[in-house]
Amino acid sequence: MNTKNSSKLLILLMVLTSIGCGSKKQQESLKIKGSDTCLPLTQKAAENYMKKNKEASIMVTGGGSGVGLAALLDGTTDVAMASRKMKMDEILQLKKTGNSEYKEITIANDAIAVIVNPSNKISKLTREQIEDIYTGKIDNWKDLGGDDIKIIAYSRESSSGTYEFFKEHVLNKKNFGPSMLLMPATGAIVQSVSQTEGAIGYVGVAYIENSIKALLISYDNGQSYIEPTIENAKSKLYPISRPLYYYYLTKSESLVKPFVDYLLSEEGQKIVVSEGYVPVK
Amino acid sequence: MQKYSFRYFKEKIAESILLLSSLFTSIAVIFIIIFLFKEGYGLFNEKPIEKGYNLSIHPSNKLNNLTAKQIKLIFDRNVTNWKDLGGDDRKINLLTIEKMTDIYTKKELGEGFEYLSLKINEYVIKDSGVVAFFAEQFLDANFKGKKVLIDDNKIKDFITDKEWYPTASPAAQFGTLSLIMGTLWVSLGAILFALPFGLSAAIFLAEVSNPKLRNILKPLIELLAGIPSVVYGFFGLVVIVPFIQQLFNLPVGETALAGSLVLGIMALPTIITISEDALRTTPQSLKEASLALGATRWQTILKVTIPYSISGITAAVMLGMGRAIGETMAVLMVTGNAAVIPTSFLQPIRTIPATIAAELGEAPAGGIHFKALFALGIILFLITLIINLTVEFIKISKKSPRL
Repeated sequence: MNTKNSSKLLILLMVLTSIGCGSKKQQESLKIKGSDTCLPLTQKAAENYMKKNKEASIMVTGGGSGVGLAALLDGTTDVAMASRKMKMDEILQLKKTGNSEYKEITIANDAIAVIVNPSNKISKLTREQIEDIYTGKIDNWKDLGGDDIKIIAYSRESSSGTYEFFKEHVLNKKNFGPSMLLMPATGAIVQSVSQTEGAIGYVGVAYIENSIKALLISYDNGQSYIEPTIENAKSKLYPISRPLYYYYLTKSESLVKPFVDYLLSEEGQKIVVSEGYVPVK
Repeated sequence: MQKYSFRYFKEKIAESILLLSSLFTSIAVIFIIIFLFKEGYGLFNEKPIEKGYNLSIHPSNKLNNLTAKQIKLIFDRNVTNWKDLGGDDRKINLLTIEKMTDIYTKKELGEGFEYLSLKINEYVIKDSGVVAFFAEQFLDANFKGKKVLIDDNKIKDFITDKEWYPTASPAAQFGTLSLIMGTLWVSLGAILFALPFGLSAAIFLAEVSNPKLRNILKPLIELLAGIPSVVYGFFGLVVIVPFIQQLFNLPVGETALAGSLVLGIMALPTIITISEDALRTTPQSLKEASLALGATRWQTILKVTIPYSISGITAAVMLGMGRAIGETMAVLMVTGNAAVIPTSFLQPIRTIPATIAAELGEAPAGGIHFKALFALGIILFLITLIINLTVEFIKISKKSPRL
């Protein structure tokens, strides 16, 4: 019964897409694609930029750092947003296409806060303690001076740039323990930590709100604990901070440069701050 | 005469359009399957180490090859001596590019790191316990270290290993057993929950309810099938998860049970509508004969109607299970996604569809992680294929049962 219906639907889809393709002819627009971390920031900047330059047209889509870089390789996007460095694999593939000249621009920094449920007595941890929690060595808050509650560690998905960054800079490159709860989105981590007593998680500072508690972090074995704020991240005092990148091919420089310049200008970096990220300068 | 041939012509065109659309559907299905297998099978021709990288040890080291599991143990510093892996009694010393910049000064490595490959070679020869991981571009022309041999990914390991660390560096771990078990586990729970409810509702609609009530209830139940799965997932995360957490006093509410409940609700419309249709195909004469022999309505339902339509009910259950196994969004949101082998319904699990959906977006296209996700797709495809074949088999074997 379904075959006929679905084939009709397919034909309809084909017709629709062909109509869509036909009406595309406009002036050259800048296509930006990639990391969902960079998405809200880029979208806001693109809106403001288009308001100022009426003839400019920028299309921003998410999908993930991997998706963006893959699109850059096959030429379906002009700029790839990434919350991680380009991998060797991707650089080698880019070399194969013959257009291997690319540029990497840091557009902003993202500070990562470690969060717990507000009912948790703990308010500060050292990097080593966080490593022990996330590699599964410690599984009860009482070992850290808290109540006798099992630790529920929330993490982002293994393919997210945030996961990779956290592993590299907080876990000393060790792998996460197997019993971590992997959440598909930052919002889901905030939601789960806010409703689970023994929870711990990590999110960008932009996501800190009243339903969760951000911990003070020490990278010097407990001598000094730093609060995760944009000011502390900007002054490099807060240690868990990572760059966000734009990647583009050198040959499309003329198309990309004006927007990148705008984003790096004082006005652009104001948007960076208002979206909860840390400015480059 | 002319009119006749024109109509004949029109009918021929209509026929060929129908033929074309069914051909198109079949070709699309076959194309998708070929694509899935081509991409997924590629995983087993590749090594679990990222392309363009080199893993080397000191030339005097007895070991020649390492498995992905051993490499992970080394780089997680859970194994710190070569003798634990069957080598000599030497301490393992990890060397990465970042470490090079700590060991040597900027001047020694050169302004643009032009002496880096030279220094890596120098260090690897000097330290007998070294294991070095670096990009092939830094491989010196007369590199003296011994390149570690790593086996290609094997199908057997892919299915029987438990550890799923697709982005682990240097060697990714592609063990899917916990994902397969998680998928089957949560689907089993969904069926255990949905079967009694679905069957009771189907019997009520087909045999007990008066037509008026049925005309209200049936569309309502079918409406369940039309709710987007993200909405189910959201409902599950905000309502079912905290409810389960409080009910069982658990440290965490994102459990297999939450996934099973959400999936069970989602499978209900399939189970109810198909088993109701099956129940309704029971010939009136059979039921009347039963009643004429003095059986009550309940006896008739239990001994005549259900046995007659049992194959249709089984098909309904299998199709409902098929829906549960392939479901992505709702499960992704409520099961916690921890890749461990399930031992109870009150612990987090990770399913195959959730894994694919969550990871495909960030996996570099064409890389081993990307291919591993396609290989997961093959496993999922095979599971649902088996279920569908079972349904077909049950349908075929539906001859008039002995009554």
